[in-house]
Amino acid sequence: MPPVTPLSPGRVVVVGAGMVAHRFVESLVARGGADMRVTVIGDEGRHPYDRVGLTSFFSGRTPDELTLARDPFEDPRVTLVPGDPAEVIDRERRTVRTASGAKHAYDALVLATGSFAARPDVDGADLPGTFVYRTIDDLDALTAFVARRRAELGRPLVGRVVGGGLLGLEAAGALQGLDVECTVLQSGTHLMSAQVDRAAGEVLGRLITQRGIGVRTEARTTRIDPDRSGCVAGLELRDGSYESADVVVFTVGVRPNDTIARGAQLESAPRGGVIIDEACRTSDPAISAIGEVASFGGRCVGLVAPGYAMAEVAVDRLLGGDATFLGFDESTKLKLSGVDVASFGDAMAETPGALDVVYTDPVAGVYKKLVLSDDAKTLLGGILVGDAAAYGSLRPLVGGALGADPAAYLMPADGVEAPTGDLPDEAVVCSCSSVTAGRIREAVRDEGCADATEVKACTKAGATCGSCFTMVKKITAKQLTDMGQTVSNAMCEHFAMSRRQLFDAVLVSELRTFSAIIERFGHGRGCDVCKPTVASILSGLVGEHVLDGETQTLQDTNDHVMANMQKDGSYSVVPRMPGGEVTPEGLIVIGSVARKYGLYTKLTGGQRIDMFGARLEQLPDIWRELVDAGFESGQAYGKSLRTVKSCVGSAWCRYGVLDAVGMAVRLELRYRGLRSPHKLKLGVSGCARECAEARGKDAGIIATEKGWNLYVGGNGGFTPRHAELLAEGLDDDGLIRAIDRFFMYYIRTADRLQRTAPWFAELEGGIDGLREVIFDDSLGIAHDLDRAMARHVENYEDEWAATLADPEKLKRFESFVNAPDTADPSLAYVAERGQVRPASADEKRDGAVMIAGTTLEVRR
Amino acid sequence: MSGTVTSTWVRLCALDDLFVERGRAALLGATQVALFRLADGTVRAVSNYDPYGDANVLSRGIVGTKMLADGSEVPTIASPLHKQAWDLRTGAVVETQGKDERPIPVYPVAVDEGQVLIKWKDA
Ligand code: SRM
Ligand SMILES: Cc1cc2nc3c(=O)[nH]c(=O)nc-3n(C[C@H](O)[C@H](O)[C@H](O)COP(=O)(O)OP(=O)(O)OC[C@H]3O[C@@H](n4cnc5c(N)ncnc54)[C@H](O)[C@@H]3O)c2cc1C
Ligand code: SF4
Ligand code: FES
Repeated sequence: MPPVTPLSPGRVVVVGAGMVAHRFVESLVARGGADMRVTVIGDEGRHPYDRVGLTSFFSGRTPDELTLARDPFEDPRVTLVPGDPAEVIDRERRTVRTASGAKHAYDALVLATGSFAARPDVDGADLPGTFVYRTIDDLDALTAFVARRRAELGRPLVGRVVGGGLLGLEAAGALQGLDVECTVLQSGTHLMSAQVDRAAGEVLGRLITQRGIGVRTEARTTRIDPDRSGCVAGLELRDGSYESADVVVFTVGVRPNDTIARGAQLESAPRGGVIIDEACRTSDPAISAIGEVASFGGRCVGLVAPGYAMAEVAVDRLLGGDATFLGFDESTKLKLSGVDVASFGDAMAETPGALDVVYTDPVAGVYKKLVLSDDAKTLLGGILVGDAAAYGSLRPLVGGALGADPAAYLMPADGVEAPTGDLPDEAVVCSCSSVTAGRIREAVRDEGCADATEVKACTKAGATCGSCFTMVKKITAKQLTDMGQTVSNAMCEHFAMSRRQLFDAVLVSELRTFSAIIERFGHGRGCDVCKPTVASILSGLVGEHVLDGETQTLQDTNDHVMANMQKDGSYSVVPRMPGGEVTPEGLIVIGSVARKYGLYTKLTGGQRIDMFGARLEQLPDIWRELVDAGFESGQAYGKSLRTVKSCVGSAWCRYGVLDAVGMAVRLELRYRGLRSPHKLKLGVSGCARECAEARGKDAGIIATEKGWNLYVGGNGGFTPRHAELLAEGLDDDGLIRAIDRFFMYYIRTADRLQRTAPWFAELEGGIDGLREVIFDDSLGIAHDLDRAMARHVENYEDEWAATLADPEKLKRFESFVNAPDTADPSLAYVAERGQVRPASADEKRDGAVMIAGTTLEVRR
Repeated sequence: MSGTVTSTWVRLCALDDLFVERGRAALLGATQVALFRLADGTVRAVSNYDPYGDANVLSRGIVGTKMLADGSEVPTIASPLHKQAWDLRTGAVVETQGKDERPIPVYPVAVDEGQVLIKWKDA
């Protein structure tokens, strides 16, 4: 046994196993000695989870995915006691007794019991059908109630959220996600009245209404009534009006969970909460309190960042340090998808002499306000509604000089370059974990972090809500450049070169197998980054079937089985429908295949049909039926041509000037199967009205009276960008030659997973340079590019037809080597809107509405 | 827990049923195992269950290697779902993709006269 060090905190007991307790334990195990013992008592019966991300439960995140890092609790010094509420603290004997009767002795006790969600003090506030919004169990109960009640009533439900703060809006979004028509009832004059001013609240109200959520302000609930069955039926408001409701969620605020502390006669604040000093100690020096239960300066604050700060202070104090808690940072950003709201610093301009600068665009639904010191030099706070892009860069500047004309920060997005890596060292970049710009620089400079992901792991900046991560990346990159380091272009640990360099190396060396390539240019046996990249490069140069020879071992499962893997390990099936055209006979075949195999069927955003839920061993049978009916692989899986989207064009449309569908079909058949650094999409519109949204594509073609206009480098997806005009008035052959060269040039020179838009943005010489390469052959490679495309067109074969003809390849589709036709027994589905979807983890556990395989009949 | 747990060697397939550096799944009762034949001829068996993705898919991931901090090179499997990767010899996570560590079970395997055997506990 090692000797007890003087700084050992001994036996530490933590009451409450929430977010702040988690941070406390994480920090304590990282810093504390070998002989301490930490016991965490929680009443929720779960491992601590991400309450801030709770609402993502409705977008499919499972309780498991919400769980916070487990490793601190796997430390041998730590014991988690879940599902056993602490009831009594005996301060004299220094023990905590739990509901099960267990007694835990402590040298230091930490209260992290958080808050509970309040219900309003009106009749009927506890009727069946009324809920609060705080824990996973609350959401489980709400979801189950909605499903049951909808079945009982046989109609869509009406929901009311009482309380129009941040949480109320999240809850309303969640109800909407459950298909409950929903209105927020706010007693004050505007939404989020604690964080934003009235003007901002009104803009926000309009944005929320546009999203299909009703908003009523100055609506105070006075009574809640049941129907005959005893479930909630409606609410009465103070103005005497009445709102019907099948389900009610209260988000009227939280109250500190301080019962156990009061029982132990710890000093508590008149409005609730255990009073702490700046060392986070309560009136008993052996007991600290952290997180939402702790009252500092007369207030408890319902945000996680101050709780984390308190956790760090408490740990430091236990280990003999002298850290102090300085007060609350109340910056917030609303996570409700589609609506941007942020408020930070002195948002309400309460500082004497504060000035505001306001920008509003009521049509676009934007309101932005900066609060400045009386000399207009120091940023004190602000509110952003409708466009919160500047939040990440403005928040760290609070308390510092703005450095530019304040108005510039408020203009529409691309008006001004947001401040980048030049923040002062003391500016707090990540408020969730209070990480300063200086700390990030230090992690890069002194601790060897080589990219933002490593900085995140090492400092926790960006690890909680993620809103600061772009900023973290910028500062990291700037620091690396300042240190004279080029940001490495190594693809992975096996190849110290970029995709482009590797492409040239392979081209020149004429090596044609992965083993030979890695032996010559890399080391080890590769990984999930370099193997598919080499496969893609070889495919362009050799053009063999994706499952030939060693190449099959390089492919991602999607390319390997020529289908897209879904979340449960089943696959999707997408037959090609060039230009979005399909015959009635084709539709009937698709319909009968989907019905026969019980596949969930959906139209895609790429103008074709996707069938989901096919099992590995079913793929060949399904494809045999499709291939027999004349369909071929749609390559929805590969980094290759996806679709050529088309409008109906001159064949039918009264505005069309050229045959858009005909051209789309021709292009799709030409480029199908073309493997590239990332996927390729095209669009063809029959006139400038642009119904095919061609300018959002890698190559967009728009018909004009004078011929085809070709636009390149467009992108939808994560960073949308309009394609730029490359050439005007082309004839059919001229158009095709230009696209051939554009694609081949891109394939040769782009980086791994770099789509044409970012590739084009970095291209030397810009659009003029590209024009010269394509039309004037400035690099002298036009002939090579043409030849490479000709080879592609010549070698094309349908991967699925070829696979079905080869018994060796069909072996890939056996589900189990010792049971080739047995379905994966862990797959489970539930019915939804007349089709199947994978069961969630909870549904599998309950075993309730389950269907074993997708082929069973689905009840409507 | 009571009763004794005994292990026996169970035949799964022929070595030739496995492709080099491309996994295959095998079913043992309700348990799914992922089998891998590596370039150097060894066969490895780990659980087919991806604890991050909650699906039985590891046999369909990409086989590779990873250099550990001590300079040793270990064989790995990366999940096809979200690219977490494990050491095929120990089941330890070598790439968490920013998540917590969730190791996977590994099973002893042997190749005997061209047959692949796994050491399996009788219930
Ligand atoms: C099925 C579909 C959604 C739908 O139900 O409509 C879909 C589904 C997927 N998309 Fe998509 N995308 C679909 C149309 C689109 C579109 C719309 C379009 O093409 O007009 C876009 C925006 C346009 C664009 O790409 O510029 C789109 C932008 C993305 C992106 C973001 C790309 C980017 O540049 O930022 C990804 C992620 C990626 O590729 O890295 C993605 C990735 C995916 C993946 C492959 C994710 C994955 O790895 O599982 C999904 C696989 C589906 C499957 O199993 O078949 N999908 N995806 C659409 C299939 C079209 C088709 O027929 O092939
Ligand atoms: C839907 C939602 C969205 C949110 N969004 C944000 C956001 O965007 N930004 C932000 O900063 N904050 C947000 N919050 C608030 C944030 O979650 C809290 O500030 C944070 O969880 C507080 O942590 P805590 O550990 O103090 O309390 P909690 O996480 O509530 O943990 C306390 C735990 O102690 C348990 N407990 C209580 N009494 C006992 C007892 N006697 N014995 C044993 N266990 C006990 C409780 O059951 C609970 O599990 C959000 C909250 C919700 C509900
Ligand atoms: S883009 Fe022009 S031709 Fe095509 S459908 Fe629209 S209006 Fe008609
Ligand atoms: S501000 Fe939330 S993670 Fe950094």
